Amino acid sequence: MSELITDTSPSPSGVSDEVGERSSKAGALLRSLRTGAPVLPFLAYISLGLILPTIAIINLAFRSNAGKLTLANIKVILCTSNSPSCMQYRIGFENSLKLALVTSIVPGILGTFVAYAIATSKHELFKRLTAACSGVLAQFGGVNLAFMFIASFAAVGGVATHWLADIGLNPWNHGFDLYKFWGVAFVYMYFQVPLMILIITPAFAGLKESWREAASGLGASSWRYWRHVGLPVLAPAVLGGMFLLFGSGFSAYATAEALTTGTIAITPIQIGAILNGNVLSGEANLAYALGFAMIVILLISVIGYALLRRRSSRWLR
Amino acid sequence: MDTQVPTTSSVSGSTPQTGAPVVLENLTRRFGTTKALDGFTLHIEPGEFVALLGPSGCGKTTALRVLAGFERPDIGKVVVDGQDVVHIPAQKRDMGMVFQSYSLFPNMSARDNVAFGLQLRHQRGTQRRTRAEELLALVGLAEHSAKYPHQLSGGQQQRVALARALAIEPRVLLLDEPLSALDAKVRAELRDQIRALQQRLMITTVFVTHDQEEALSMADRVCVMSRGRAEQIATPAELYSKPSTEFVAQFVGISSRVGVVRTGDTVSLFGRDVTIRGAAPEGAQSLDALLRPEDVDVVVNPTGLGIITHKSFLGATTRLEVGIGGAAVKADILSSGADVFELGTRVDLVANARDVLVSAPRPAT
Amino acid sequence: MASLGLGEALEGDQDFMDQYSRGNPSAPWIKRVRWGRGIALFLAAVYFIVPFYAAMQFCLQNVNGGFSLAAFKEVGEAPGFYSALWLSTQLAIATMAIVLLLMVPTMIYVHLRLPRFRRVMEVITILPIVIPPIVLIVGVDGVAPLWLKSSQYLLAVVYVVLAMPYVYRSLDAGLGALDLKTLVEAARSLGSGWVSIIWRVLIPNMRSALLSASVLTLALVFGEFTIASLDGWTTIPVWIYLTPTTNPRINTLVAMMALFGTCVVLGLVVSLDRSRRNSRRS
Repeated sequence: MSELITDTSPSPSGVSDEVGERSSKAGALLRSLRTGAPVLPFLAYISLGLILPTIAIINLAFRSNAGKLTLANIKVILCTSNSPSCMQYRIGFENSLKLALVTSIVPGILGTFVAYAIATSKHELFKRLTAACSGVLAQFGGVNLAFMFIASFAAVGGVATHWLADIGLNPWNHGFDLYKFWGVAFVYMYFQVPLMILIITPAFAGLKESWREAASGLGASSWRYWRHVGLPVLAPAVLGGMFLLFGSGFSAYATAEALTTGTIAITPIQIGAILNGNVLSGEANLAYALGFAMIVILLISVIGYALLRRRSSRWLR
Repeated sequence: MDTQVPTTSSVSGSTPQTGAPVVLENLTRRFGTTKALDGFTLHIEPGEFVALLGPSGCGKTTALRVLAGFERPDIGKVVVDGQDVVHIPAQKRDMGMVFQSYSLFPNMSARDNVAFGLQLRHQRGTQRRTRAEELLALVGLAEHSAKYPHQLSGGQQQRVALARALAIEPRVLLLDEPLSALDAKVRAELRDQIRALQQRLMITTVFVTHDQEEALSMADRVCVMSRGRAEQIATPAELYSKPSTEFVAQFVGISSRVGVVRTGDTVSLFGRDVTIRGAAPEGAQSLDALLRPEDVDVVVNPTGLGIITHKSFLGATTRLEVGIGGAAVKADILSSGADVFELGTRVDLVANARDVLVSAPRPAT
Repeated sequence: MASLGLGEALEGDQDFMDQYSRGNPSAPWIKRVRWGRGIALFLAAVYFIVPFYAAMQFCLQNVNGGFSLAAFKEVGEAPGFYSALWLSTQLAIATMAIVLLLMVPTMIYVHLRLPRFRRVMEVITILPIVIPPIVLIVGVDGVAPLWLKSSQYLLAVVYVVLAMPYVYRSLDAGLGALDLKTLVEAARSLGSGWVSIIWRVLIPNMRSALLSASVLTLALVFGEFTIASLDGWTTIPVWIYLTPTTNPRINTLVAMMALFGTCVVLGLVVSLDRSRRNSRRS
């Protein structure tokens, strides 16, 4: 540990210098404790505010209401029987996965295309503007976003619905329902696409023009360049982005809640229902199991993102 | 007229290939208000190694890119092997190009990179691999063929890039400052290797650089460029000893300026009459002579007009700087005889050149 | 879970723009791409602008379809609006205070003497993605002491955890731009004590990073719904959701103002970020 600042206070092990190795080891330990001391408040806060609740979740997921160790809660999610009470949680979980998948793949691809369209623009100002916009839009979400879409696309009174009806295209007549699964997915795109744009834009920066020119000089057409070089190099970044989007779509609560008033069957909403007390008693510990399941899925998605990012940054640096 | 990408299979690089003759004629290219190329013309013989040398912004890279097809000239022709290729896109021009850095495809091994051009020409897998291995052996990287670019050093990457460019048996080989991003020792090694390879394969080669040592040591002819035009196109020796313009004299090698008076075709240089080389500014009587350090001898003379102001040991030679008549003249002498000269020693200068380049006097600062 | 590396992404964007703006307008492949580009951008623009515009129109039109600012007055008269606003404000201030007091000294210390700990901090600040608010609240409810649970400041305590990734990134970037060691050594050699160094030397030099961090925290608190609603506190987002929709214009207007506020606030962050980087370049 380099001494960047000279320490003027007396060393705590100064007294025991004559005593030998054991006390100098203790001295070293004490010294490193003192070096680490200032970060203790931070660590303590994280432990209490984040780690402790997480441990509680992991612990209580495996305990019955009486406190005994059990797999019953977890079994509910992987429900194999047909009892409606456990089926609903399994269906909720499946719906959540489905929603996350849809809102990671589609916005992932769309976001990549839009990011490419922006990246190849010649106008500096435009690029700066869209970069700032993406940053802002990716933070949109929750109640505010839901209400914005309700005001625009509600079946009755939605302004945009009205405009579309005026030109003879009412989406509600064709099966569109803002308050069901696909409506929620539609709204999620509003922050998922910008998130993807933010993630993938640096990857386009890493796509060197010299590769394009080298390929061209060797005789490759545009299509062949993308097929052999461009897309393979971008693929880890795009996939990584989709993993991140998956996590984002999977864990979102507020938007779905506000949009569907809690009627859509996805895991975050179901956890919310349990916490609000709208469920049968005895299912309270299910919230922990559901939370634990979510953590597992999210852990996988974050690890996937990290691994792909490492690969992509090796090539795109 | 072959505008298709050739699909021939190939023999190993031991058979000499002949490059194509290249003519860049009157190329002009504007970027906004600046002229990157201003009526640039250059004729290249088949199999010749030509270096484009100049400071940044002189247009050398633009000229190369126009030849490659990555830029279109506003005016002018690019004739390769008798065919005007200006309207042919880069991918059909059949030229091998080596970029300054980072041009290897990161998702492919060295072997696959080299084989890429062959893959595009639909060569069969085993054939491609063999050829790629041959080329990698040619550049000395046989054991590294399975490595990926990020596992190779800068010098190795450039050698793979060279092999990749040669794989397609191009008519012309283009190199855009390929050694600039490498460190000195690697640069020197690679310089020799590239030159040796080129001479063996006899490909017409155009090499862009801002480093005069590179250009002078590698090329058959050097084209010194400035502001979009060719200042002088000559062999390295000629360029060095007979610079035809002030720019070349100052850019290539070291030169000193001395004020001289002209009489007819000669100028009086340190008491001797020396012929003017090439053209002199019209009508002017007072001119500046541009001298190389070896054009001048230094003689100790306690009543001499010159005084030694600097002395640098350069190895076999020692460079003296002599202040004389308001000018600072650099003179190289053999180090074995340098002991008599110290700072402050009074000396005479004697011109030993047969002719001298002159230019208009620089306004006094 | 929203954008993680706002600054990070912008960094890459800058290099990218430098590269592409070298300008190769004559490359044939770029010309071909232009058409598809235009269409993609147009469709994207439509998707993002239409709902915003439509919702604004929804709020600002009266029964006859004309422009009207009546909705603003209605918001002011709506029951519970001001107390929700006050609650959100208190929480925002509390959260900002706690998170800055916690993070600023810690990060200064880490940058100065424990650079290896930065890695740990980076990992820690990724955790909130793995444990999103909806999950975190379950755990917090399970372990929080009763006295804390009955106070609204439980929210502030949890919000600090949620804000940490953004605050960490902002401060990390801001501290990274300073020559921290030199500044501190210079101040120490002049006899300055630690508090004085932090207050008079470091903080003034971290102004834009601090502002970014504060502003991001503010946006977070004013937008946070999950934890507030599930713990039963009526902050602005909860108020928007729970207010009976006899007049949906009210809820929607407040939501739109919140979104608009987010835009302004983040635009501020982005421009601060850019000016910091520009000054670093010169």
